[in-house]
Amino acid sequence: MATATPHHAPPPGGNQTTTPKTSAPSRAGDRIFRGLSRGSGITLLVIMAAIAVFLTYRAVLAISKNEGDFLTTSEWNPAGNPPVFGIAVLAFGTIVSSIIAMVIAVPIAIGIALFISHYAPRRLASPLAYVVDLLAAVPSIIYGLWGAIFLVPYLGGLNRWLDQYMGWTYVFDKSGEGVARNLFTVGVLLAIMILPIITNVTREVFLQVPRMHEEAALALGATRWETIRMSVLPFGRSGIISASMLGLGRALGETMAVAVVLSPSFLISGHILDPGGGTFAQNIAAKFNEANEFGRDALIASGLVLFVITLLVNGAARWIIGRRKEYSGANA
Amino acid sequence: MKLHRKTGLRATALGALVVSGALVLTACGSDDNASPDGTKKTTAASNIACEGAKGQLLAAGSTAQKNAMDLWVKNFQAACEGVEVNYQAIGSGGGITKFNQGQVAFAGSDSALKEEEVTESQKICKGGKGINLPMVGGPVAIGYKLDGVDGLVLDAATLAKIFNSKITKWNDPAIAKLNPGVKLPDLAIQAFHRSDESGTTQNLGKYLSEAAAAEWKHDPKTKSWPAPGGQAANGSSGVAAAVKDTNGAIGYFELSYATASSISTVKLNTGAAQPVEATPENASKAIAAAKVKGTGSDLALSLDYKTKAEGAYPIILVTYEIACDKGNKADTLPTLKAFLTYTASEEGQKVLSDAGYAPLPAEIATKVRQIVPTLS
Repeated sequence: MATATPHHAPPPGGNQTTTPKTSAPSRAGDRIFRGLSRGSGITLLVIMAAIAVFLTYRAVLAISKNEGDFLTTSEWNPAGNPPVFGIAVLAFGTIVSSIIAMVIAVPIAIGIALFISHYAPRRLASPLAYVVDLLAAVPSIIYGLWGAIFLVPYLGGLNRWLDQYMGWTYVFDKSGEGVARNLFTVGVLLAIMILPIITNVTREVFLQVPRMHEEAALALGATRWETIRMSVLPFGRSGIISASMLGLGRALGETMAVAVVLSPSFLISGHILDPGGGTFAQNIAAKFNEANEFGRDALIASGLVLFVITLLVNGAARWIIGRRKEYSGANA
Repeated sequence: MKLHRKTGLRATALGALVVSGALVLTACGSDDNASPDGTKKTTAASNIACEGAKGQLLAAGSTAQKNAMDLWVKNFQAACEGVEVNYQAIGSGGGITKFNQGQVAFAGSDSALKEEEVTESQKICKGGKGINLPMVGGPVAIGYKLDGVDGLVLDAATLAKIFNSKITKWNDPAIAKLNPGVKLPDLAIQAFHRSDESGTTQNLGKYLSEAAAAEWKHDPKTKSWPAPGGQAANGSSGVAAAVKDTNGAIGYFELSYATASSISTVKLNTGAAQPVEATPENASKAIAAAKVKGTGSDLALSLDYKTKAEGAYPIILVTYEIACDKGNKADTLPTLKAFLTYTASEEGQKVLSDAGYAPLPAEIATKVRQIVPTLS
């Protein structure tokens, strides 16, 4: 706590002049550096390709022996005879819990980011930003323990309340007694876990809103909220979206916290307050230890699907960031 | 600026001091707890024969026997200089996979090798095959939390109905009939099972499908929970914690988890005169009713889940050590034999009850003791 260093965004376009650009690498140092960085880039591509090849190879081994439809079966029994497994439940659970997490986390993250960048006095802003960043440093198993021991009992009341007053929505209808080890609780936990990345990136974007825009709005007599609505939010929109996508990427892949909190079952149910469901990562964590070799291949096949989904989500985030480079959140 | 930095450093140092201090203190704490236990065990381990045992012995498998293995390894290493036994508790499935890949000298497993696994093992065991040696037994306790109700009695059929979500209230007539004179609350039953795959789940499943065949029609071999409904938690400790925290909960785990968190356990009405409590001794009595179904040196057991013997607790788990009968690796064979000789010995079995496990009944233990020296 005491080591909190003041954390300011550097003023844009501060001292660019000190690093003049050289057009051609002529000196030895330049050539070595160029070779090193190119080598690093290639290594990264090779690693990614190796992961993809490994996952695809093992996945093909498993899927070729699968007696069920890999995409639509809601059962996981690769050790059975015949082996039957499918990812329907896992895909559903992963997406639903991530959606819940996003619905909770994005508004809160935008609120925190706005507060830090525009409302809070500076003495409060930087410690608060630091504390939010600290959330990212907590290991996910700790979130899992906290979730299972603290959050689950406390969300029981909220679950009953939602069931009683929002039960007509079908989604919040709870079909029986039971502790809150459900997709909703997982969503709440994931929301807390993805808060720092969304807050951080969004805050950086908000801080880079050109002063002129804000001053112009203020000069026209806008209140602070109107200024934010007219200049900050439109300017930061793509930043918010890309930050959310990065957060979504984390939510999709969260393993241990979900494995500890969720009460999984291979049923697709729209009632998010009932125990049940499952996510890709949770299922891998739960089944890997006792699985035989074929079972592991099946889990790897499900991992490939998660790999592809996460790549797509992160790719989309990078693409949105890249479209408007001038206020990239990538340096956050 | 400089001044500011110094205070920051000082604060960091203070923080580090507090953290490391706490670490040192906790380290002391756990040491103190362990030592009286440890010294007792090592003095007991006096006549372990280490003939030719040397180097490292790798093993992997069942988590259920991990605590027993830890005790054995400690005693064995204390008695035999320069020997290191390394048992990785990665689960029975993983243990068998590693054994069949030739990565470990023996595997620990909650269930005997399947036929295809035996066939596969012939690649590793040159001229022989993998055999099952029963080594540790233990009761699977049914823990419950129901305020105001002590000594709950259930039978196999009722248990199956509860875990199948067919009985959903504690004051169900079927439960009331087994517990005359007990005031059962009008409360929903919250049945907990394991969310991960587990030999404990498999053994409960085997028991239910034998002792309550009419009610439990799920695949008895599956390691993941087969029944719809109920709630799940991760690991034995997760189920135990969930049961402890939830009024109206019922769940299953090895006895040691119930004792450790003082959870009440169900007494089983097996048809014997008195309902049977889950204790190591009662589990031993039930294992004594088992028959050896393996042939030759294979000692795979067929457990008698329907036993009505007085004081025999039938929800039991027997974990095997799996090794090659012939064709074990030459450099680890002496260590393997010495270690298994110790674990099967009277002394090795006696250690078990301290850890909450059930020692093997004399008849089976004798057979194991005859087989181990013949390993080659």
